Amino acid sequence: MVNRQPVVAVIGAGIAGLEAARQLAALGYKPVLIEKSSATGGHVAQWNRLFPDMTPAADVIEPLRAQTAGVKTLLGTEISAINRLKDEYNLVLSDGSSLLCQAVLFATGFRLFDASKKEEYGYGIYDRVITNRDLEHWFNTREDQRIRQPKAVGFVHCVGSRDLKAGNTQCSKVCCITAIKQAIEMKEEFPDAEVYCFYMDLRLFGKKYEDFYIKAQRDHGIHFIRGRVSEVGEAIDGRVVVKAEDTLNGKPVKVTLDLLVLMAGILCNPDAQRYARETGVAVDEDGFLKSRDNLAAITESSRPGVFFAGACTGAKTVPETLAEARSAALAIHQYFSKRV
Amino acid sequence: MDFGFKLSPSSAVNLDTVDRRRYDRLVQLQPDALTCIGCGSCSATCTSASWTGMSVRKVLLGLQRGRDEEVDKMLSGCMLCGKCTMVCPRGINTRQLILTLCRLDKNGEVVR
Amino acid sequence: MIYQGKQKIWADYQKEIPDNHYFYVRSCIRQNFFPASERYFLKICRDLLGRDIYETEHHTTCAGIAYHCDTLPQETAMTVVARQFALMTEAGYENLVTSCITSFGNYCEVLESWREFPELEAMIRENLWKACRREFNKPKYVAHASDLVYKLRGEIAERAKFHLVSRATGEPLRIVEHIGCHYSKMFPHKGVGGAEYPCVLSGMAEAWGGQVIDYPERRHCCGYGFRQYHVRANRGYSLSNTHKKFESMEPFHPDMIITNCPGCPYFLDRWQYVIAEQTGKTYGRNGYGIPVLTYEELAGLVLGVDPWDLGLQIHQVAVEPLLDKIGIPYDPARKYLGMDEKKIMTPGLPTSLKCF
Repeated sequence: MVNRQPVVAVIGAGIAGLEAARQLAALGYKPVLIEKSSATGGHVAQWNRLFPDMTPAADVIEPLRAQTAGVKTLLGTEISAINRLKDEYNLVLSDGSSLLCQAVLFATGFRLFDASKKEEYGYGIYDRVITNRDLEHWFNTREDQRIRQPKAVGFVHCVGSRDLKAGNTQCSKVCCITAIKQAIEMKEEFPDAEVYCFYMDLRLFGKKYEDFYIKAQRDHGIHFIRGRVSEVGEAIDGRVVVKAEDTLNGKPVKVTLDLLVLMAGILCNPDAQRYARETGVAVDEDGFLKSRDNLAAITESSRPGVFFAGACTGAKTVPETLAEARSAALAIHQYFSKRV
Repeated sequence: MDFGFKLSPSSAVNLDTVDRRRYDRLVQLQPDALTCIGCGSCSATCTSASWTGMSVRKVLLGLQRGRDEEVDKMLSGCMLCGKCTMVCPRGINTRQLILTLCRLDKNGEVVR
Repeated sequence: MIYQGKQKIWADYQKEIPDNHYFYVRSCIRQNFFPASERYFLKICRDLLGRDIYETEHHTTCAGIAYHCDTLPQETAMTVVARQFALMTEAGYENLVTSCITSFGNYCEVLESWREFPELEAMIRENLWKACRREFNKPKYVAHASDLVYKLRGEIAERAKFHLVSRATGEPLRIVEHIGCHYSKMFPHKGVGGAEYPCVLSGMAEAWGGQVIDYPERRHCCGYGFRQYHVRANRGYSLSNTHKKFESMEPFHPDMIITNCPGCPYFLDRWQYVIAEQTGKTYGRNGYGIPVLTYEELAGLVLGVDPWDLGLQIHQVAVEPLLDKIGIPYDPARKYLGMDEKKIMTPGLPTSLKCF
């Protein structure tokens, strides 16, 4: 097949999709970004600041948006069906049009766990229980009636992660460091507040994460309690009563909080699972898309012409996602180079 | 009236009411104590631990959970040999920490 | 509190409760503790609402209490349950309704075990045949009696003589609902509203005019916990659990507690006396306790049944302040008259807890 400018459908215009599209365009291909929501940037665009350097999320998103300004971007567009042809894929879009492309890149990202499914934590029932996303929204907008000069704030790690009952046994990887980041931010905002982190394990694997942890302990006096929150109730004044076990002390603990933040975990985007079925690529046991090889070919699917970038194959950090997006663009480039 | 049974005291720690003044003063005087991660290196290497139950990790936790009596009992078992200081991965000066703690009363006042 | 959030969860845990034709099995202990509750369940369902509820004098304990106390093996308990199913089958019924929460949990657990391990069911069928030459069909539906009253709560409300509101102010009564552990903690989908925010009792309380209060220790066990109460050395734990609940609900000033378990109302009621004797503390207004009612007693009161016919004089905590608040008439002189209008004994008064 001779095609001077092959078309690559990039599903999802979060940071993975934007970065991959930018690279693909630079390599001389014609990426088309297909985005379900009305704006590009995905989850990261809704965040306020990013670990480990407290970089404003906009500093990541805006350059990506600027550098993909020339890329054809279909906003508010869903994919109704994906048809496999010989060497090509035909995407039927929600606006009735269709897109013929020579490669498909899944940059479908993740879905945040619905915290109300952990009924015992009372998200959606108790006013003072919010999620990590709600807190970022407050950092961005300062609009949330539930946050008013809190004197005691708690963070619950692993909400919907490492939890068979919640249907997700995987570690969501970024919540430990996000909790510490948000705990520090709350402590900076409300220095007199006591801040508690309830964790099972602290998984602080990334560059400078451990420094963040020490900073949270030493400079901010954040209390780390090793134990999973078992239940949340509401006191008469609307504050929440949290029960957990302090497993290092071997005793149950109870604390009354003005605000409880649930660190909702990362699940595969259910749309991605549907697209995967239609394109004929496998979904792994963990619910994420299955790479051809988890070590050497994480961005490649088991089907020719179908590639992955970012959180569609598992929870990822921002730099990991960006690196994978570039890697996927190169893999696509090699795929076309071999075919010519 | 004797029913032959009584209300049992709860073993739960109530963080709303726990008195942390001694801990707060300790970390004010010696902020590195804040960085304990409860790894247990101190207790594992402690010369007196197996006889007296001394554990720097448990001392720090006990202070934060209002268990002053247990803390004082553990402290009295310390021989100030300094082995725990050598092994602490966070670099906490545990020997100094114990000396500092012994100078504080329950209210966190420096009395010695 | 976001009420709509609870409604959303309740919607996930609704069950299709059959409207009619049940085989009824009683509790081992409720007829002693709350003598009129089961009788009024039958009277209300059968005579007032025209439902077909069958019971036979041949049924026994479900053996759940012995199973939970670890005094007999599960296979024995299952064979006893199988015999109840046989009686149901012989009577021509397919729906089972239990008075006891632990029975309900036990029946659900047996059926779930048989579903998971069909060879176990085959063994129990053989056991039953060898023991008493009986055969059975498994029930199509197992309901707890409170499920059925929940289902009929609207029909009861239509016939209500009294509503759960303060006669003086028109304000709804503040009601604590307490669900027996074995109702939905074992199988959340078998309970109306699930395990975290059950609505089987709150649904009744609201349908009859009351307002349900949610307090931090709402989910906590009453403390009966068979092996805690039945072993005297552990009895303090039972008491301590009840105490924990009362300490937690105290700031909400509840007017009453409703329950759907045989044990819970007994312990929540009697332990208020023991706590008062040991600590001098009472939780109701003016030195009284907080009345604890079964849902049948509450339904009876709402329908205008005389409180003494409902057996409320058997409660430790005085119910008169509650009756006065709602405006339910009662004759103090009849309180300790038995069925034949002869005086049954009048109890002595506690030192701390105020009673009549």
